[in-house]
Amino acid sequence: MADVPQVSITINGVAHSVDEGQLLIAAAESVGEYIPRFCYHDKLDPVGMCRMCLVEVEGPRGTMLVPSCTTTVADDMVVDTESEVVKRAQEGILEFLLLNHPLDCPICDKGGECPLQDQAYAFGPGESRFIEEKRTYLKPIPISDLVLLDRERCVICDRCVRVADDIAGDPLITFTQRGGAVQIQTFPNEPFSSYFSGNTVQLCPVGALTSVDYRFKARPWDLEHRRSVSLVDTMHSSVDVQTSRGKIVRVYGVENNAVNEGWLSDKDRFTFGAVHADSRVTTPLVKKGDTFEEASWGEALELVASRLGSYKASEVGAIGGAHNTNEEAFVLGKFMRTVIGTAHIDAQVGDGLDSHFAAAVTPRAKINDLDAAATILVWGPDLKESLPVLYLRVRKAVRNGAKLVVVNPVQTGLDSIATHVLTYRAGTGSDILRKIKSGEAEFADVHATLDEGPVVALIGRTSIAEDPRLGEAVAAFARSLPDATILPLLTRANIFGALDMGLSPTLLPGRVSIRSESGVAALESAWGPLPDFAGFSTMAMLHATVAGDLKTLVLVGADPVRDSINPVVASQALETADFVVAIDAYVTDSSKHADVILPAAVWGEVDGTVTNCEGRVQRIRPSLEPAGRSLSITGILGDLASRMGVALDASTLGSVSEEISTVAPAYEGITVDYLTFEGDPDGVVVPLADADQPLGFIPVEVTVPVVTGEFTMHLERTLYDDGVWVRNAPSTRDLVPLAYVRVHPGDASRMAISDDDVIVIADTVQLPARLDDTVSRGTIVVPANRRETANLVVTGAVTVDVVRGDA
Amino acid sequence: MSEPILTKRMVAHPSDSHTLSRYLDTGGYVGLRKALFDMTRDDVIAEVKASNMRGRGGAGFPTGVKWGFLAPATPRYLVVNCDESEPGTFNDRELTERDPHQLLEGIIISSYALGVQQAFVYIRGEYPKAARRLQRAADEAYEAGYLGTNIQGSDYSLELTIHLGGGAYICGEETALLNSLEGRRGEPRLKPPFPAVEGLYAKPTIVNNVESIANIPWIVENSGAAYAAIGPERSAGMKMVSVSGHVNKPGNYEIELGMTWRDFIFDIAGGIRDGLELKAWIPGGASAPWFVPDVHLDTPFTIDDVASNGSMLGAGAVIVMDENTNVVAAAHRLVYFFADESCGQCTPCREGTTWLADVLKRILDGRGRPEDIDLLLSISESISPGLKWPPMMTTICPLGPSAVSPVTSITRWFRPEIEAMIPGSEVSHG
Repeated sequence: MADVPQVSITINGVAHSVDEGQLLIAAAESVGEYIPRFCYHDKLDPVGMCRMCLVEVEGPRGTMLVPSCTTTVADDMVVDTESEVVKRAQEGILEFLLLNHPLDCPICDKGGECPLQDQAYAFGPGESRFIEEKRTYLKPIPISDLVLLDRERCVICDRCVRVADDIAGDPLITFTQRGGAVQIQTFPNEPFSSYFSGNTVQLCPVGALTSVDYRFKARPWDLEHRRSVSLVDTMHSSVDVQTSRGKIVRVYGVENNAVNEGWLSDKDRFTFGAVHADSRVTTPLVKKGDTFEEASWGEALELVASRLGSYKASEVGAIGGAHNTNEEAFVLGKFMRTVIGTAHIDAQVGDGLDSHFAAAVTPRAKINDLDAAATILVWGPDLKESLPVLYLRVRKAVRNGAKLVVVNPVQTGLDSIATHVLTYRAGTGSDILRKIKSGEAEFADVHATLDEGPVVALIGRTSIAEDPRLGEAVAAFARSLPDATILPLLTRANIFGALDMGLSPTLLPGRVSIRSESGVAALESAWGPLPDFAGFSTMAMLHATVAGDLKTLVLVGADPVRDSINPVVASQALETADFVVAIDAYVTDSSKHADVILPAAVWGEVDGTVTNCEGRVQRIRPSLEPAGRSLSITGILGDLASRMGVALDASTLGSVSEEISTVAPAYEGITVDYLTFEGDPDGVVVPLADADQPLGFIPVEVTVPVVTGEFTMHLERTLYDDGVWVRNAPSTRDLVPLAYVRVHPGDASRMAISDDDVIVIADTVQLPARLDDTVSRGTIVVPANRRETANLVVTGAVTVDVVRGDA
Repeated sequence: MSEPILTKRMVAHPSDSHTLSRYLDTGGYVGLRKALFDMTRDDVIAEVKASNMRGRGGAGFPTGVKWGFLAPATPRYLVVNCDESEPGTFNDRELTERDPHQLLEGIIISSYALGVQQAFVYIRGEYPKAARRLQRAADEAYEAGYLGTNIQGSDYSLELTIHLGGGAYICGEETALLNSLEGRRGEPRLKPPFPAVEGLYAKPTIVNNVESIANIPWIVENSGAAYAAIGPERSAGMKMVSVSGHVNKPGNYEIELGMTWRDFIFDIAGGIRDGLELKAWIPGGASAPWFVPDVHLDTPFTIDDVASNGSMLGAGAVIVMDENTNVVAAAHRLVYFFADESCGQCTPCREGTTWLADVLKRILDGRGRPEDIDLLLSISESISPGLKWPPMMTTICPLGPSAVSPVTSITRWFRPEIEAMIPGSEVSHG
């Protein structure tokens, strides 16, 4: 990285060399001179409102008192942060802030981690001289389902306003009134239902904003902290998991400047309650008749081992592994390939992308590449709903001048800041791609914008109804753009780690293609012979099970009935299969079909590493012992293997980690120890400099047929849906929006559909209609991942009928 | 005393000085034609510089110099500040209500000189008559080809927008005004960047006071040097002064600066009414420190002299107090104004001004304590360190320090009077 030019400044008589262009408050902090502050935060534009950071700077007309958060360092600047004038000013500001501040410390969540307390103690006058009446407000008032506001405590620092408006793009919380009556408010009938509201609670320097789920739960000095990562999506935002008396009570954002920069979505923040949910399976369950009965581990494992061992290898398939750590995924792959001997293994459930594309597309972007991009192309899921922290990163890049092109069948959260928004009828993506490539007519501007490099392309499947090959076609085009890098977008937890550990029929650990003879040979030299038949993907496994070719399915944290494109085939498969074992923490629409459920340890209870969408490996740490009698799947599989008479050599985290580093080429040198003791705490992108990634997937132009039919379908995700984490966490389970189908008014009138009329999709799903002119003609938009659409067989084109009267 | 510039027409023709026909009758829009057809834009700017005219809004910054700071980027804007909210000032109101075309001509010439295609006038919401009169004048001007496309057949075009404020003193601060004009909360911005570089909609903007702009036609017609020859060199030109309070002849006056305060109060303003004695006066609007007869009566009424004597001429607003004035009540009223008008952004002003008002109220109500006077000064120091003049500020803008002026004034000149209201203090017998 190029050296930043330096300037020489003197602080309190000591000369320092600091980076040019910095704010004085940041420069001072970088050399160990802390200047107190409330409104300044290094991720927000400075506002100079609290006046706590005033320092004296020598100028041509004598010494001036300036706010250090709005002053940029200049060569030969002479600064005094400790003069009598500065100290007097600091005392004055604190006295003013405490004038109307309620004496709530004993009952305020912030006590003990409160910048106002800390700075009053360090820089304040010690006693108040105020004997007038304090300003009071009704308190606290709920401003959303998750956040409470106490206006008496507010110090008017503007942090929450800037977070909501500038960072998140949700200007829902702001100042009203003026002077002493200034107060934070939300707009009438508009609660603060931003997906990022929890960040304001974390950043608020007092207890004015508190979260409903943490209020009164603990004192900061009672908390144990563990740095880990969030697995609600593939961003893997860095988090601080805070526990008290054996329970997780709070999740805070950690400033990882390579990933989330300290921000979290409310889903990252408020779904930890699912770990402690009563609905968790914490004892082995064996199906007797139609119901599950609790069993001992011995009984359950013996049953599974004997049943699994009774089938031919090619009759066994494993689906899942995306919710597990890299080490767990690796062991699962090793178990299936060497203990069972099957090649049928897939962590995706037919709802993702080609595994080579997802695991090894080149050149692959890093998230921070967004900051250097001239142009960003987003053609994939609505980031605000599916990868909200990535959405924040794109917003940041655009605020700093990057141009943005958004292509999608429906409006997305990024549209309002995009340079170009291209909306296409669902199923016709290849058509619009052709037009963009040609730069014809009204696409000339878009084409010209995309020609301004460096370009970062975020590419994924816009909906589960979209042909997965379209992403590849888009990526092939993106590659032709100047200095382009590609970020493949899948969303499920540790899917990228799972694929990197070989949980795909066409991948071996460490980004090796199954078709690579040298790759196969290298792995066989460590593991012994690998299966000699071609493995099935999840959809193929399900079809094969229905046909009777596959007899046994192992589900590892996977719910193909809910998540795959064909719930009908999935349930049929699970019903038809001879034997189904689910290693899961909850009873789901899929695991309920199992013959045995083995309780798995979940996020917060597992140790190891995980890999995010840019290939960054980070440590994930346990804060709790696995609930009840749950076990990590490494332990489960190790026991199964020994009962089946095969050593799995997966006894410790360390040994598994060593093995990965040895047999997975792209992960050479990456061990838990390396990450813990040597690697950057913000994680390391694989492969390391002197490691090799054998598979470099170059996307090629593929022909993707245009979907025809009266109606094409787009399945739209929302952040809060019927997913396992959201529905099992008390804070989020009631935040799922109403389900309805969006139809263009022109189509609606043609079919005599009005708002709230019930319509039938594909003869299976019935939902009320909502007319919406932002939807393309000939497309219907159906909510994804909901109870109401659970039975829907997903196709590109679909039939739509209206329910009439008593019909 | 030189001839009036700004008030000549309205005094000579009180019934219709605001109409286009009277304006044209009395030499109106001659300066505009001269500027458009006989002068370059730089010529006009040079004349304004040569006039030595200092901005009439209160800061007194030389207008020509300010114009020179305008960054070259386009589009660029001229915004005329008619938010006139400083207690004691009402001259912009009179100029706008009674000679709107003079103001318009000044706007058009200035916009031409600055390369502005869109000008704004921000009028405080409490001046509906001025707004109506100006709008009607603008309509007349558009119809007669003095505004709009190809003015008077030249290739210069100008659009004018008149905008009403919502009732906030702070919107008289130029960056708060710009925020308000943009539809945001009327809160001052951080400077730098200055409006001349990044102003309205982040484009280069000149913000000028009504009175400053109203002088431009005369300067262009008669030359900058002729303007500079009026009055003292560093307070050149004719100045509107609003006089209110306990005088016999309150009102707006247009004067040449340089006379003493004695001359101004007793000759021009007619002396104290009811034959009472002069107790104190505020030389420059509510923000200014007070003057007292014993010290200041024979000092000159110019921008620089008032400043060196510890106050400011500001926008030209003199408030006169007679011997019966309860100075604590007066100070409270002024401080309460600032507390009410504070935008609330920064801690010292938001909390400090309210606290000052509360303490003064308590003293007025007879519940003061002996330590309250020093408390008032200490609070004031937290807003304005060292209580210096010109003030050092811990605040974003000068509103906070403005609230301090009445406090420092009464404690400096009338301390025994305050003490007399406080039970238990040495002076009081309560």
